[in-house]
Amino acid sequence: MSQSRLLSVLVDNKPGVLQRVASMIRRRGFNIDSLSVGPTDDDTVSRMTITVHVGRQQAEQATKQLAKLIDVITIDDITGLRNVAHELVLLRMHAPPGERTELLNLVDIFRGRVVDVAASSVIVEVTGSPEKIDNFIELMRPYGIKELARSGVVALVRGDQARIRLIDFVVDGEDESAAPRPTDAAGDTTGTV
Amino acid sequence: MIGTRTDQRSGAAAAAPDERGRSVEPARLLTGAQIALESLIREGVDTIFGYPGGANLWLYRYLPEYPELHHILVRHEQGGAHAADGYARSKRGSVGVVFATSGPGALNLVTGLATAYMDSVPVVAITGQVPTSAIGTDSFQESDVIGSTMSVVKHSYLITRAEDIAPTIKEAFHVARTGRPGPVLIDFPKDLQAAVTAFNYPDAPVRRRSYPAPPQPDAAKLRRIAHLIEGAKRPVILAGRGVLIAGAEQELIELSHRAHIPVGWTLLGTGAFPVTDPMALQMVGFMGAGYTNKAVCDADVLIMIGMRCDDRVTTRLDSFAPRVEHLVHIDIDPAEIGKNVVPHVSVVADAKVALRELNLLVEPKREHEWLTQIDQWKEEHPVRYTNHTGLLQPQEVLEEMYARCEDEAIVLADVGQNQIWAALWFNYRKPGLFLNSGGTGTMGYAFPASMGVKLANPHKTVFCVTGEGGFVMNMQEMATMVENNIDVNVIILNNSSLGMVRQFQDDFYGGVRSAVDLTYTPDFIKLGEAFGMKAMSTDRREDVGRLLDEAMAHKGPVLLNFDIDPGANVYPIVPLGMGMLDFVEAS
Repeated sequence: MSQSRLLSVLVDNKPGVLQRVASMIRRRGFNIDSLSVGPTDDDTVSRMTITVHVGRQQAEQATKQLAKLIDVITIDDITGLRNVAHELVLLRMHAPPGERTELLNLVDIFRGRVVDVAASSVIVEVTGSPEKIDNFIELMRPYGIKELARSGVVALVRGDQARIRLIDFVVDGEDESAAPRPTDAAGDTTGTV
Repeated sequence: MIGTRTDQRSGAAAAAPDERGRSVEPARLLTGAQIALESLIREGVDTIFGYPGGANLWLYRYLPEYPELHHILVRHEQGGAHAADGYARSKRGSVGVVFATSGPGALNLVTGLATAYMDSVPVVAITGQVPTSAIGTDSFQESDVIGSTMSVVKHSYLITRAEDIAPTIKEAFHVARTGRPGPVLIDFPKDLQAAVTAFNYPDAPVRRRSYPAPPQPDAAKLRRIAHLIEGAKRPVILAGRGVLIAGAEQELIELSHRAHIPVGWTLLGTGAFPVTDPMALQMVGFMGAGYTNKAVCDADVLIMIGMRCDDRVTTRLDSFAPRVEHLVHIDIDPAEIGKNVVPHVSVVADAKVALRELNLLVEPKREHEWLTQIDQWKEEHPVRYTNHTGLLQPQEVLEEMYARCEDEAIVLADVGQNQIWAALWFNYRKPGLFLNSGGTGTMGYAFPASMGVKLANPHKTVFCVTGEGGFVMNMQEMATMVENNIDVNVIILNNSSLGMVRQFQDDFYGGVRSAVDLTYTPDFIKLGEAFGMKAMSTDRREDVGRLLDEAMAHKGPVLLNFDIDPGANVYPIVPLGMGMLDFVEAS
């Protein structure tokens, strides 16, 4: 069974890193749902947040292959952890002066804001989980979306501890993908990356 | 002023001693090209395979000033990449080096880099690139070399500043030769080859937080493996190229002998365990020995070391080792663990380190019944050939070769039937005597690679076993071989067809022969002689020994064409889509 895995990846801030990561994911046949990249507090390091749609064994393989890239410092599969995974959407809405109030009320409910106003349209900005963004977009559709831009997810795990560390893979319990083996026992594919 | 190398050195000799009395070489001002060449020397390079062109001419401008760098002018960049691969593969600890110019020169390296990448061979490719100001403008002979080679190299670098040249080369060699080795490409713009800067080769070992050293083996897991071995009734070890790369052959022998575990190997693992050892099985898998496949399929504890479990090993995945209760996988690359086959116990470590520590934990034991069973399978399923036609068989040629050199020759095989014959019909009793493009399966690999092998092993006899198909794919290197008098015995097993493809078509594709007829091939005697090679040919069994004697006595490259039975097939073989136990043997 495949699902979305949320990978938080720290990489050396060097030219070509994005291509290496994207190229590896493509070559190994994984699908990227979302990928965002930006600087961190350390200017030699960038953080990539990648959502890949894969089975669990595949996710592990994707993670290990990513870790193998020389420019990748750490990689953390934060799927299912208590995390903040947010994205930002900008919508240019059809909004002639007389029809704005209802629209702006909805924006308000989603804790969004208007960031640009023109004669017959507005640009609104909403941040939040991808599901919230999806819902907001659906609500906006009847009013006439003229243009839309989504940032892709960025995420951090909640709590005091920064998760900049090497991780172990420990597979416990049955693998949900069609792993040929072990069929009756837990597999050990532990690999420090 | 940019001095020549000589006057730079005399400048250095005048340097004042430092506070500890050592004479300190002041940073010298050198061109980027000189810095690169000096850096190669610092990395222990003595041989470079290369081809000049517009974008690497500064490297070639200064190359003659470094006589310790022996440059071999290949006739095609692919040949250069394979030769560098052969050099590194056959000389433990070395890194193969290839130069190419920008655009077409660099792109001609791709197949060679892919070959080295799949088989984990340390190669550093230095490609000229158009000047930094011209990058991205589609200038003459410009191509995106970094992008084009990204998926076939371990890592790559585009040099953007002159002061980065030396550290980049140092890091490139470090990445190429450590961990799971592999090819690294350095794209070197022409303007930076000419730029003058101070040369300081970094003393400190390369440290990158994103490239940690391989982990030490997990002691608890090694204990668990030792325990599994103790309880095993039907243990089998499979060894891959990782054992050879790590130099873990002795440790493997010790483990096998201590606990009496039969050892099989992958195509690339050939030589990791002595073929004539009483505990030896043979090659496993698609074209492996029947008794190896039977042993693997009956094993209760299977220990896989330094291998990838690719489809040529497992055949149909669900047929691989169906009775195994405890599957153990030891590999230096965590991504190989669980990629194709999910183990019960895994250890991520260098094979030598892991086996050394495992051997301390394993108690001597012997499963008599199991070993008797294995011996019985060996008798029932010997690797054998039959001669129905009376024509010269390829195995007869290989047997004659083996009789003349035993453990003293390095054999390279190309790809196809000749590869499997050469793997099965020599008793490789020492490591490093059989080399081939096992992963990528690059036809045309063996001939250029054999140049690198001979240059790295000048005192060894080198046989290049190839077919008439693969040989012509890179036959231009005859010129290189003759020019440098590289003493390789090229054995063409000529069956006037693309033999392996023909065999597949006959057996698996309804017997329709399509585009496999190579009856129209050159007269190899005339061809060899045109290049200045000693060339001989026969189709008679009684001439084989004499021609081999003559070839081996000759100081210089020899082309030996053997016209073999065009119907000769590779056996055993598992029909496509079938399982490990469905192997078909010679009848």
